[in-house]
Amino acid sequence: MTASTQVRPTAPDVAEQRRELALPGGADRVFRLVLRSMGAVVLAIMAVVGLFLAVRAGLALRKAGGDFLTTEAWEPDDENFGVAAVLIGTVLIALVAISLAVPLATGMALYISEYATGWRKRLLVTLVDLMAAVPSVVYGLWGVNFLQPHVVGLSRWLATYGSWIPLLEVDGYDPGDPLSPQTVFTSSTFIAGIVVALMVTPIISSIMREVFSQAPVGEREGAYALGGTRWGMIRTVVLPFGRGGMIGGTMLGLGRAMGETIAIYMIISPVFVIQPHILENGASSISSLIALKYGAAGKVGISALMAAGLTLFVVTLAVNFGASMIIARSRSGAQSEV
Amino acid sequence: MSLPAEVRRDTRAGRARDRIAETASLAAAVGLTWIVFAWIAPFDGPIGFVVLGYVLFLALYATLVSLDERGPAVRDRLAAVAIRGLAYLVVGTLVGIVGYTIWSGLRSLLHLNFFTQDLAVTQQLDPLSVGGILHAVVGTLEQIAMALAVVLPLGVVCAVFLTETRGAFTRFVRTVVEAMTALPSIVAGLFVYASLILTVGVPSSGFAASMAISVMMLPIIIRAADVVLRVVPGSLREASLALGASSWRTTWHVVLPTARSGLATAVILGTARGLGETSPVLITAGFTTNLALNPFDGPQVSLPLVTFNLIRSPYEGMVTRGYGAAAVLMVVVVVLFVIGRLVGRTRKGK
Repeated sequence: MTASTQVRPTAPDVAEQRRELALPGGADRVFRLVLRSMGAVVLAIMAVVGLFLAVRAGLALRKAGGDFLTTEAWEPDDENFGVAAVLIGTVLIALVAISLAVPLATGMALYISEYATGWRKRLLVTLVDLMAAVPSVVYGLWGVNFLQPHVVGLSRWLATYGSWIPLLEVDGYDPGDPLSPQTVFTSSTFIAGIVVALMVTPIISSIMREVFSQAPVGEREGAYALGGTRWGMIRTVVLPFGRGGMIGGTMLGLGRAMGETIAIYMIISPVFVIQPHILENGASSISSLIALKYGAAGKVGISALMAAGLTLFVVTLAVNFGASMIIARSRSGAQSEV
Repeated sequence: MSLPAEVRRDTRAGRARDRIAETASLAAAVGLTWIVFAWIAPFDGPIGFVVLGYVLFLALYATLVSLDERGPAVRDRLAAVAIRGLAYLVVGTLVGIVGYTIWSGLRSLLHLNFFTQDLAVTQQLDPLSVGGILHAVVGTLEQIAMALAVVLPLGVVCAVFLTETRGAFTRFVRTVVEAMTALPSIVAGLFVYASLILTVGVPSSGFAASMAISVMMLPIIIRAADVVLRVVPGSLREASLALGASSWRTTWHVVLPTARSGLATAVILGTARGLGETSPVLITAGFTTNLALNPFDGPQVSLPLVTFNLIRSPYEGMVTRGYGAAAVLMVVVVVLFVIGRLVGRTRKGK
């Protein structure tokens, strides 16, 4: 530890000097210039996107002020708009998705890294990656036309036996009435959450698989040598070692779940009030708000949508940075350069 | 004095007895679930069936195994089947989604005109032998080609910049790129809509859509290429530099050839992601049923967008065409994906 801190200050200077000597001037200097300018171009593009969003959102944010975060309605032309309903809707859908996706992804990752071998392992890795590449419109149409009719029964059961939990309550549903309409259960947060869960499962799973497979061999062998079963080894070595990656992967999935648009837009019927009943018809999310309202929006409307988009961006950004920090910390020291 | 004959312990993971127990509990679980559904029936639908069957299976299996094993061994067996069950559930769902889409679209795929005509003159109730998605296929190809023309050079060179140079500026660019991967695709679309279409005055067109796709794909490609370039062994670079090569020659002759297949995989997988993006295209491309060859002039649809629109139609024929478009999109993505994997595999073979 002390040796490395003593060496570090002098090492770069020496390398720098030698590189100067090796530089013939011409080609390398041009090369570096090209690289740097490309980096600058990419930086400029991203800065333009960010600044443009911020500047255009400014108009709406100035008009709405602090009410932007507390207003539920979305009527920009009457200057009555805010992200309270849509932001909570987004978070609810993402939470439903995450609570379903995490067990699935953990099971998948553990099976791939600890149980499957040979061609089965390779096939599963490929399938998980493929699952991440399936277009969201395909997930959406599957959700609307296949899943929705079949999941209504489950929603009904949950509403009948779980209505003492406030989240699972459904207005306008009477468990005692066998003829009560099924339509109160369609287009809900719950259904959108299931579809989004399937979309983020591969993302979470591939990160978990990576950290699970990095669990040190010595500790694994040690657990076996002490007479542990395979599950005992997983519970005492693989899971504790991979905890950082599991949390980080989950947060990354959360970020993706919040940014998802088309599948959610196809499933939910948008409402602009806070809808805490996840099984009930009507839900909302920021991204589907944008997809719904951009066409008819005037100057203030576009600016308001920009502000909503910026809010979403800031939230996913915070979640993603948290995730990558946790993942990076969990991996420190696990890799060494050959 | 004779020692008792030692019996070799069976340490294999899968024993015949376990497989019998698994099969038996699976059969029992299916039967029990069926009884519950047929007579008691508190809820219905295949999802309820799978959930209840899975729980029953775990309970029955635990009971069976606990007949001839004790504590930790029972938990081990139970964990193994529970984890395997979850993995199979995910795979089954994926196969179900892909299969359902292709199966539902198959009827429209069987007509050749589906690939050679657009929907310009097709009426709502026309049979499937009229009209197709040629306009969407052309639109997808043009838009992704334009997006790649922007993203490919910019993305790969930026990734080289991130791996081959050090310093505060590099770190800053890396952080910003990382941040931009969090940009939701709909916000990328909204940005292009508000800047190019509303402010600059570009019409809703394939060009605007490809710009939106580029904004979305750029950070993805940079990140993926960056990861691939970073795993090029440092010893290779150092060997090249030690032989007196300049860093330009090292990058061109050592780093990039080493990472070639990985870079190809990164680009192909990024393309597959870009192809399937609907939301930025929805905002920027406009909608038309005509074949539009010029991406700069007027609306131009792509496969995901035409899927999205047709699926919402109340007419059955249009919905079937929507499934057909989704199936085509799915097949394209799968083909790209397989190519990407095959390219990536040659690297490991070396």
